[in-house]
Amino acid sequence: MTVFDGLKFRTVHSPIHDLDPRVKFIYICPIFAVAVLFLELLPLIVLFFLQIPFISLAGVKRQWLRSLRGAAFLAIIIFLTNFIFSFIGSGYTDVTAVLEYSAAMTLRFIVLVESFSVFFLTTSPDRLGLALEQTHIPFEFCFAFTTAVRFVPVLAEEAQTIMDAQKARGLELEGGNFLKRIRNYIPILIPLIVSAIRRSLELAEAMESRAWGATKKRTNLYILRIHNGDLLLIAITIGILFAAFYIRLFIGIPSLNDLLGGFA
Amino acid sequence: MIEAKNVYFTYPNRVEALKGVSIRIGDGEFVALMGENGAGKTTLVKHFNGLLRPSKGTVFIDHVDTTKTSVAKLAKSVGFVFQNPDNQLFCETVEDEIAFALKNFGFEEKTVKKRVTWALNVLGLEHYRRNSPFMLSGGERKRVALASVLAWKPKILILDEPTIGQHHQQKEKLLQFILQMRTQGKTIIIVTHDVEFVAECNPRVLLMKQGKIIADGEARIVLTDPEILTQASIVPPQVTQIFLQLSNPDLPKEVIDVYQAREILLGLMERKKK
Repeated sequence: MTVFDGLKFRTVHSPIHDLDPRVKFIYICPIFAVAVLFLELLPLIVLFFLQIPFISLAGVKRQWLRSLRGAAFLAIIIFLTNFIFSFIGSGYTDVTAVLEYSAAMTLRFIVLVESFSVFFLTTSPDRLGLALEQTHIPFEFCFAFTTAVRFVPVLAEEAQTIMDAQKARGLELEGGNFLKRIRNYIPILIPLIVSAIRRSLELAEAMESRAWGATKKRTNLYILRIHNGDLLLIAITIGILFAAFYIRLFIGIPSLNDLLGGFA
Repeated sequence: MIEAKNVYFTYPNRVEALKGVSIRIGDGEFVALMGENGAGKTTLVKHFNGLLRPSKGTVFIDHVDTTKTSVAKLAKSVGFVFQNPDNQLFCETVEDEIAFALKNFGFEEKTVKKRVTWALNVLGLEHYRRNSPFMLSGGERKRVALASVLAWKPKILILDEPTIGQHHQQKEKLLQFILQMRTQGKTIIIVTHDVEFVAECNPRVLLMKQGKIIADGEARIVLTDPEILTQASIVPPQVTQIFLQLSNPDLPKEVIDVYQAREILLGLMERKKK
């Protein structure tokens, strides 16, 4: 459940927390695109370290590390599958190139998790809902989205309780081979899904009982406005995007292996 | 036997839930763990089957250190029924649900069938054998959860909030069930806020507040001490409240039982008549 902890918003004031969610979203989209643009390890390493100043400025280092720890299992699977299939594909030669390629693919995943984590760690569900509303998305969709985000930590807590309850009935989650381990999670997933559906039905009834949707035209108490910090982030985003496309189109990216070989 | 020595526990979010708890619960004892929300009751009982391990201190179950064994091994002798039955039900039928733990513990098919039938009978669920547990009422689902734990006949039985969502008749059945389990020599621990139920059962009461045990004794003594109860944010049973409010020197204060109260009041009326 550590990966969910790494996405849980906590009310803290920092320059990153105070940024407009729309601008933060505009920032993470190009980061996603740039991560997908490169297959080489070097630019992905740069992209990974590019997030560090944001994380330290937001003061969410511990939670961010927790999200990375939570994603470690998937990262290992990505690395292994890429390594095995690329190694077979390359005709069992060039181990270092295959290793570098697999590491790049893993780092690409980590960069995606990292930027996703920074966004959710520093954006309150309320501000996120407000941002969606101000981009003229119908309120029903905004509400459903923010409620889903808000319920992630609740579901994570519930999943932990369910795991405890099943362990208390002798279920061993860690034992057995890979397939058995996946099968072991069925007693966790079914109660979790059933309880999520029950919870959503109860929530819908409770909301309808409190006249949800009675007013057609809604107004908001708070309005999001673009400040200087937001403009600076937009400028940084454009800079990153421009630099990435320039490097991709006009500069040959050396592999880490070549660079290290060059030093040797 | 359960033995906790100077147990401290801190959650990852740095909340210190237990602060030096030391208790000893003998075989066949019936204990009610009470206290306000967040007092550390559930955290403490989760140490008894190894779901939580102490940050400091030790917990021994039948002389076995919980930090040196797995939850699955401890679970065989410590049955834990969670507060919300929906946290564990997932099978297609009630029968499968009860058999789940038995299969986990590696019981033979023949024994599994026997134990399932026995558990269904004990909790009056035989009619629902082939029903989906999700289609049952809240109270019935709670009984299925209890049956699924009872089936492997654990030596120690922990019930977290067993009376929540149960009507009077079901509570009465639960009490009968607990008494039946006691005659079989089982150790029963209930975590509850239900003072009336505890007063009816008259177990040993452990009162908790902010991660510490503030009172340990007979229900008749603990539940009639207004000072301690106020500390633990608990209201005495209604019968006790009447006797405390009357503040008559001729009347005893340590009354939690309706029948005992009736006898005392009838005696008083008789004396007045004379």
